[in-house]
Amino acid sequence: MSHTAETLQLLAPDGRLVDSERAERYRPVVDGLDESLLQSFHRTMTVIRAFDIEAGNLQRQGQLALWIPSLGQEAAQVGSGYAARPQDHIFPAYREHAVGHIRGLDVVQIIAMLRGLSHGGWVPEEVGNFHLYTLVIGSQTLHATGYAMGVQFDGLVGTGDETRDTAVMVYFGDGATSQGDVNEAFVFAQSYATPQVFFLQNNHWAISVPVSVQSRTPLFHRPAGFGIPSVQIDGNDVLASYAVTLESLDAARSGEGPRFIEALTYRMGAHTTSDDPTKYRADDEVESWRRRDPIARFETYLRGRGASDQFFAEVAAEAADFAADARRRTLALEPPTAESMFAHVYSEQHPVMDTQREWLRSYEAAFGGDA
Amino acid sequence: MTDTLDASAAVSTTTSATAHATSGDAAGASAASLITGGGVRTMPMAKALNAGLAAALAADEKVLLMGEDIGPLGGVFRVTENLQRDFGAHRVIDTPLAESGIIGTAIGLAMRGYRPVCEIQFDGFIFPGFDQITTQLAKLTARHEGSLRMPVVIRVPYGGHIGAVEHHQESPEAYFAHTPGLRLVSPATPHDAYWMIQEAIASDDPVLFFEPKSRYWPKGPVDLDASGLALHASRIVRRGTDVTVVGHGAMVSMLLDAAALAEEEGTSIEVVDLRSLSPIDYEPLLESVRRTGRLVVAQEAPGGVSVGSEIAATVSERAFFSLEAPVIRVSGFDTPFPPAKLEGAYLPDVDRILDGVDRALSY
Repeated sequence: MSHTAETLQLLAPDGRLVDSERAERYRPVVDGLDESLLQSFHRTMTVIRAFDIEAGNLQRQGQLALWIPSLGQEAAQVGSGYAARPQDHIFPAYREHAVGHIRGLDVVQIIAMLRGLSHGGWVPEEVGNFHLYTLVIGSQTLHATGYAMGVQFDGLVGTGDETRDTAVMVYFGDGATSQGDVNEAFVFAQSYATPQVFFLQNNHWAISVPVSVQSRTPLFHRPAGFGIPSVQIDGNDVLASYAVTLESLDAARSGEGPRFIEALTYRMGAHTTSDDPTKYRADDEVESWRRRDPIARFETYLRGRGASDQFFAEVAAEAADFAADARRRTLALEPPTAESMFAHVYSEQHPVMDTQREWLRSYEAAFGGDA
Repeated sequence: MTDTLDASAAVSTTTSATAHATSGDAAGASAASLITGGGVRTMPMAKALNAGLAAALAADEKVLLMGEDIGPLGGVFRVTENLQRDFGAHRVIDTPLAESGIIGTAIGLAMRGYRPVCEIQFDGFIFPGFDQITTQLAKLTARHEGSLRMPVVIRVPYGGHIGAVEHHQESPEAYFAHTPGLRLVSPATPHDAYWMIQEAIASDDPVLFFEPKSRYWPKGPVDLDASGLALHASRIVRRGTDVTVVGHGAMVSMLLDAAALAEEEGTSIEVVDLRSLSPIDYEPLLESVRRTGRLVVAQEAPGGVSVGSEIAATVSERAFFSLEAPVIRVSGFDTPFPPAKLEGAYLPDVDRILDGVDRALSY
């Protein structure tokens, strides 16, 4: 279920560009990347890793109910995240902290969710069209497909105007591929030729269940049965993630219909802070993936291109500051009022909400108004 | 599921949708399915719904109809007859045969600013879409802290009396009435059907629109000039003094029949048409119970943990000192809907309603 000859790789684990016929096709994209974007790849991966570790620490210190680590999946997320245009819409699952950061989401809003202060609550249009996290596995794929149908009905596909043509990208995991909703999303997407990219992060584990229980065939073989072109990439290769997502989003925007990317990556940590991965997977498997670390690989590549020690030191300092700032702001988050429970259950006036809000108000007032 | 989707039809829908969308066609105000002019017309509920949907499609180009077989066939009950012809395949969309897919993509379309109206072919087929309705559609406005509205209507033909096979005669409304974030209504007459479907589509909240399929074909008057009542209002439809009976959908005509029969026997029954199951407009009901002192709640659904149970509990809390008798429920039995030859024994009829009235009067 892991890397095979079919897996597209542009940057090898030793940090050198791959010299293959398939890689050759993406060479113009790689050669066209300017130094500042390459540096942004490294900066974002490093910053989000520091944030992710800090958030895990906050959970261990009792400040969060739960944390959902993204450790090890930075390249898949950062490459694909930078490939999207501002007008594109992103439907995440719940581990795409790096993508949210790239699109402009304040990642402390993710923390607020896991601190029990909200169910998300951000406004997608204010944060780079990065939609809310969806915790029921795979449900968001249908929302993304419906959204993409709407984009198509709006006539924003295949006009040739690259500031207006719009694609939708949806993230999901290997476990989600077993869900009915995900398969129904494939059906609707191909039927209506939606401008959409399905981005599968195969991190090899659905909590404690290995991907081999979800599928006996490589997951990227499935879309062929739906009539959706697909490709499997080395998800720990940020260049492959970027180049293939760029190509797939372009195809979607230009009216060629949906595309599917399977990024092979690995969840280095627990599914969430609530589970213990040592109970279900072997140390040598984890160790083998540690040797494929996405950030170390890309650092070697950048050093080979002449990036300085000073650059890496600056990024490390920036990452530490980012994590410390997130911690500070986490501890300063204010709890919502009890009355906010009733505020947005409905958009329009609702007598039950009015009655129960009023009841709670007078009940609390009976304790002196400070219950 | 009773019908299958022809794959080539789905492809041609896509093609014509694209062609139509780029032509920049307006909503289609001259569509033949639109009823023009005012006054009172007589028509069956299915036609009233068809006309109401046509009016909504004409009024707002963001309104879309989605469902299985709703295009050229016009739906298995012909409620959407000619609407695809009149408004185009980009507005009246035959979907793949997947209820979760219909609701899930409708959610995405609503996020994009559309107002999807989904048809679930039969009551018992709503459950493949249950997860998207209850864990997504119902909660998304709250999850977005109010920045996202979810103007999605789900039309559900429901109820018995049509002699159909399993999963085609059920009354699953309680599952949805129990779910915060949803609104539920059910018209009992062609007039209400015509207006309530338009009001449901105009609502910015998700509305489950339960259509009593045994009432699709009897004709009744429709006042095309005014709805006369808010979407979530209940209404006293027959005045009486001895007992109040309340129901919704197909049960309302049964209650009126029971009241007419009881009158011959000297019992005066007041009938309340609930119209809205979530929220429930209790004031007309409570006002009635305060006068009659007795209440019978009738419904086709199984009685356990039902909408009728909720009404009985609330009326007991809010009109306790007016009640001369416990609130009586007359319901379907707490069994799966039986084979059609037994539906007469399963469904409450006029005799069972009058038996409930007798019990209420026996205290």
